[in-house]
Amino acid sequence: MILPAVLVFSAFFIIPFGVLLRVGAQGAYGIAGYWLALMNPEHLESLVATLVLSTVVTVATLCLGGVCGVFLGRNRFPGHGLMVSILTLPLAFPGVVVGFMIIMLAGRQGLVSDISLALHGGRIVFAYSAWGLFLGYLYFSIPRVLLTVMASAEILDASLEEAARSLGAKPARVFLDVTLPALKPALISAGALTFATSMGAFGTAFTLATRINVLPMMIYTDFTLSTDLSSIAALSLLLGLISWVVLSLARSVAGSGVAAAG
Amino acid sequence: MMKHSGFWLQLGLTLLVSAFIAVPMAYSVLAGLMRNAFFGLKSGLTLKWITQVLSLYWPTILLSVEIALLCLVVTLLIGIPAAYVLARAPGRLARLAEEALILPIAVPGLATGLALVMTYDRWGAFRQSMWFILAGHVLFTLPFMLRAVLAVMSSADLKSLEEGAASLGANFTCRFFDVVLPNCRTGILAGALTVVTLSMGEFNLTWILHTPLTKTLPVALADAYSSMRLEVGSAYTLVFFVLIVPLLLCLQRFTRPQAARKTQ
Repeated sequence: MILPAVLVFSAFFIIPFGVLLRVGAQGAYGIAGYWLALMNPEHLESLVATLVLSTVVTVATLCLGGVCGVFLGRNRFPGHGLMVSILTLPLAFPGVVVGFMIIMLAGRQGLVSDISLALHGGRIVFAYSAWGLFLGYLYFSIPRVLLTVMASAEILDASLEEAARSLGAKPARVFLDVTLPALKPALISAGALTFATSMGAFGTAFTLATRINVLPMMIYTDFTLSTDLSSIAALSLLLGLISWVVLSLARSVAGSGVAAAG
Repeated sequence: MMKHSGFWLQLGLTLLVSAFIAVPMAYSVLAGLMRNAFFGLKSGLTLKWITQVLSLYWPTILLSVEIALLCLVVTLLIGIPAAYVLARAPGRLARLAEEALILPIAVPGLATGLALVMTYDRWGAFRQSMWFILAGHVLFTLPFMLRAVLAVMSSADLKSLEEGAASLGANFTCRFFDVVLPNCRTGILAGALTVVTLSMGEFNLTWILHTPLTKTLPVALADAYSSMRLEVGSAYTLVFFVLIVPLLLCLQRFTRPQAARKTQ
């Protein structure tokens, strides 16, 4: 009964990645091609930029989404459901739509641009800069962190914090010694998910067409120019490997419940 | 209970983040209905852009719905039996199989897409058909179906239910359809909603797999953003929202009560 699923998985995942692995070693330099593809200065620069961007986005989303998640997980008030609905909407938005949302916010005819024009006559446009890219990644990451943290905050035992407080602990101490450790598994899995999704995100960068060449964009551009198929294969494998390793590490540290990358 | 200052600070931040998500959506919906987005609401409202989008892009909308539904059928047919086997089989091999089948969501769609294209590039007819895209979508959504169903299967005590039915003389077919499936319907429904929603919105993988004749909605959206005027892009986004937001809201309603139940 499991056979059809295994067949589909083999035909469209195992075999294709096998092919990718082989193509990666079929360039002019054989297996050394993997090393050369990675050491190419342009590739390396793009890899570093993508790693930095993903790290910054992960930290920022954990802070923002973490606070919102704990808040919404613990408090019930009129409008609570609506807020959760709004905050989780981008979950199924394709990267291109997220990119367009940033253009709507900060593009040439965007909201910020219109407001700044009305206020002091100059248009402020930052959708196509590093800031735009950062905001786009934040946009699609927030729902993922929020959901994980909220679920964890809902089952957090508030009496533990009360006990700590009644024993004289200051709010900061309570947060650092009681709340944070209880949320740690949720934060680790949400962080890994955000990082992995950001590493592989393609649609957002594609729409914003930023000058920052994130790794997926570079792989894609190389692919359309079909310059060097083996280095494209090698870089795709590297990208897949990074996402997979980050997610599995988080899973072994924080337990299951680590959801999907995009 | 008196609300401490932290409450209001957190509420403020949460409102700000909600605005960050919602305001661009609202602005884009408006721009799709405005006669001229550059002049704003003063230019008046119109359905012109929506009609234009529907006439231009109708095939892509149809293809996306078609692929999403086919994807649902396939993931139901192969996902539920697979989940059943994984839930009933103990031991390392089953866990390993589970891990493997979930791999496609841990790997970026771009990498999977390139691997698929390099593998099936010479299979012209298949490569250029919608079935190639369907294959990608099935691969990417199957883990979600599998996990949703598996979660319910492992929490319901299927084994004793089935033993009970078997001791009353029910054969396997009868047990599977009358005992196993009805007991998993919440998981199946959650999985089904997730599969359809994700398939409708899939871009990274589909962008690599598509051909000029197999453009799905998100793929054509990317085209519209880069080559059409802002109002058309916005109107098309509005059409996409109309399709995807109800699905997302259903999914939220449906998965929320389980999380809430845990607190009580």
